[in-house]
Amino acid sequence: MDRRATFKSTWLAFALIAPQLILVFIFFYWPAAQSLFWALTLEAPFGGATQFVGLQNFETVFSDKLYWNSVRVSILFALSSTTLTMVMALLLASFVDRQLAGYRVYRFVYFWPYAIAAPAVGLAFRFIFAPDAGFVSSINKVFPNLWNPALDGLDAFILIVIANSWKMIAYSFIFFLAGLQAIPRTITEAAAMDGAGVLRRLWDLQLPLLAPTFFFLLVINITESFVDSFGIVDIITGGGPARATDLMVFKIYSDGFKGLDYSMAAAQSIVLMVLVVSLTFVQFRYVEKRVHYA
Amino acid sequence: MADIAISNVTKSYGKTAVIHGVDLAIRDGEFVVILGPSGCGKSTLLRMIAGLEEISGGTIAIAGEAVNEKEPRERGCAMVFQNYALYPHFSVAENIGYALKVAGVAKAERMRRVREVAKSVGLEEYLDRKPSQLSGGQRQRVAMGRAMIREPKVFLFDEPLSNLDAKLRVQMRLEIRKLHQRLGATSVFVTHDQVEAMTLADRIVVMNAGKIEQIGTPSEIYDRPETLFVAGFISSPPMNLLEVTIPVRGEAHAGDIVISTPAFLAGKPGAAAMIGVRPEHLEISAQGRFSLQAEFVEKLGSVQLVHGSFAGRDFILQCPATQPVAAGQRLLFDIPAAAMHAFDPATGARIPKVQPAGRQNEPVAA
Ligand SMILES: Nc1ncnc2c1ncn2[C@@H]1O[C@H](COP(=O)(O)OP(=O)(O)OP(=O)(O)O)[C@@H](O)[C@H]1O
Ligand SMILES: [Mg+2]
Repeated sequence: MDRRATFKSTWLAFALIAPQLILVFIFFYWPAAQSLFWALTLEAPFGGATQFVGLQNFETVFSDKLYWNSVRVSILFALSSTTLTMVMALLLASFVDRQLAGYRVYRFVYFWPYAIAAPAVGLAFRFIFAPDAGFVSSINKVFPNLWNPALDGLDAFILIVIANSWKMIAYSFIFFLAGLQAIPRTITEAAAMDGAGVLRRLWDLQLPLLAPTFFFLLVINITESFVDSFGIVDIITGGGPARATDLMVFKIYSDGFKGLDYSMAAAQSIVLMVLVVSLTFVQFRYVEKRVHYA
Repeated sequence: MADIAISNVTKSYGKTAVIHGVDLAIRDGEFVVILGPSGCGKSTLLRMIAGLEEISGGTIAIAGEAVNEKEPRERGCAMVFQNYALYPHFSVAENIGYALKVAGVAKAERMRRVREVAKSVGLEEYLDRKPSQLSGGQRQRVAMGRAMIREPKVFLFDEPLSNLDAKLRVQMRLEIRKLHQRLGATSVFVTHDQVEAMTLADRIVVMNAGKIEQIGTPSEIYDRPETLFVAGFISSPPMNLLEVTIPVRGEAHAGDIVISTPAFLAGKPGAAAMIGVRPEHLEISAQGRFSLQAEFVEKLGSVQLVHGSFAGRDFILQCPATQPVAAGQRLLFDIPAAAMHAFDPATGARIPKVQPAGRQNEPVAA
């Protein structure tokens, strides 16, 4: 049986998808086209003639040491924050799946951080981890100057990783929990009868059976940490100290809107876009064709 | 030695009690079938023995040792699940050998035992397949093999045959029984299929609504149901039941029908009772004192069941397939006194027959 809804009038169908199409056009295709245009031209910020320069902007970007610094920082950031996010999410999801005390409450509470806007997360973390006044400042009382994200690049990097993961754990948590709950309970029970303890079952059964969810989340988390981390960096570190947290997405903003170098910013955002598109491609190509057991 | 002693075991989920004080002693090497309608708590009881469900009250002891606080793996039980619960990403060999792998048995030894077990359940040629590449019956065998390889003290089965087709079910039933004879391990088998229960069990435990109704050998349960529930639940077609009053000893009245009950069927005159008689024990003859109009006839091969109503209740007669019967026809029959069962309608308890002088045993229904 054909279970798709069909519309008698094509106009109605167009009318219904139009709002979405218009949004996608205004907020994605148009800016993308604009970026491409800027990336291939040189333009004076205060008006004047626009000049077509081909790939020259890209050459400038790729020969810039600071750009490669931001690529390195971004990749490190994506790897550490994705690892932290997924490990924590899996841990929490398996706690909830095992119905440890209070799991009903956690199931709801864990999802809230995802609903909080990145700048708000940034603000909260900035206060909590402030070296002189935050909760963490007590560490500095015991070990002076151990923690200072305003001066120490590593501290700052750790701080944005924690903030980003804290926000992203919720998303992975929900998927891991759904994945764990989709594994028939009797399979883990059979393993318990076979003598496997909790960790052994996690390792031998639950993780392999979660593999499709795992790859999906891996790609999503890496993508998100490339594009969605702007708010956190902007509020907490502003890319500093000494560019230690100068992520690609933040550098685009600071070059474009602070440095007023639109062409460089546009070229960088095209590079980032290609990166994200290829991640998405990997996602569709390999993850959607996931292995189905049983 | 692995006898199982269940004493006053209860189970509740939150405030809902689902098992209300069960006592059951299972002897070493015995094959016990727990039989009851859906939702009566059979699986729950089995899972408490396995250690998959916490015991809310009472104790369960295996081989003389209380296991309430023990992990499933410390109880020496193996379980076969209704949906088989095979590990989908493992091959047949890995599925069967998983318990040994967890126990740290060396690979060569493990493979040797896997092959041995696979041979005994007829799966040698399938060792490299994944469960999804097997038929239902083959999966069932993998589940059995996985349970066997641990050489457990106790086998637990939770409706392991209910997903198989009728023919395979009969075959697997036989294999389970043979396996039991070979290994001699104490076995507890849960089912709601009474034919399965009758053919497999040394003793049957009939459960209803979280309580045990009767424990006995298959013939005890069939010949002498202790409660109205057991009488109605065991055997197919079900026992015919009639609501009667007993104004005079020896006579039961159902509406204006008078059934002469044997003198030794006790009952205070005037009391109400339920009289039961199995369709296969009714005697159809031209001289019968009762009559029933056939409403429809169900042919089952060698016998046929004639459905109608008698004394205001649905009633079934069983007669040989050779006898010509058509719907609408009137049949005459008798109710042999020896085949009658009587129950107290208020408590559901069996009303025992009074021993007439000179007879020691209750006559077994013909
Ligand atoms: N986790 C649970 N929470 C609440 N009630 C439960 C839970 N598990 C089972 N029950 C209830 O306990 C009762 C017994 O369930 P159980 O699974 O033991 O039935 P069963 O006799 O095995 O039935 P079936 O033949 O359908 O498998 C049912 O009424 C069921 O609704
Ligand atoms: Mg059940």
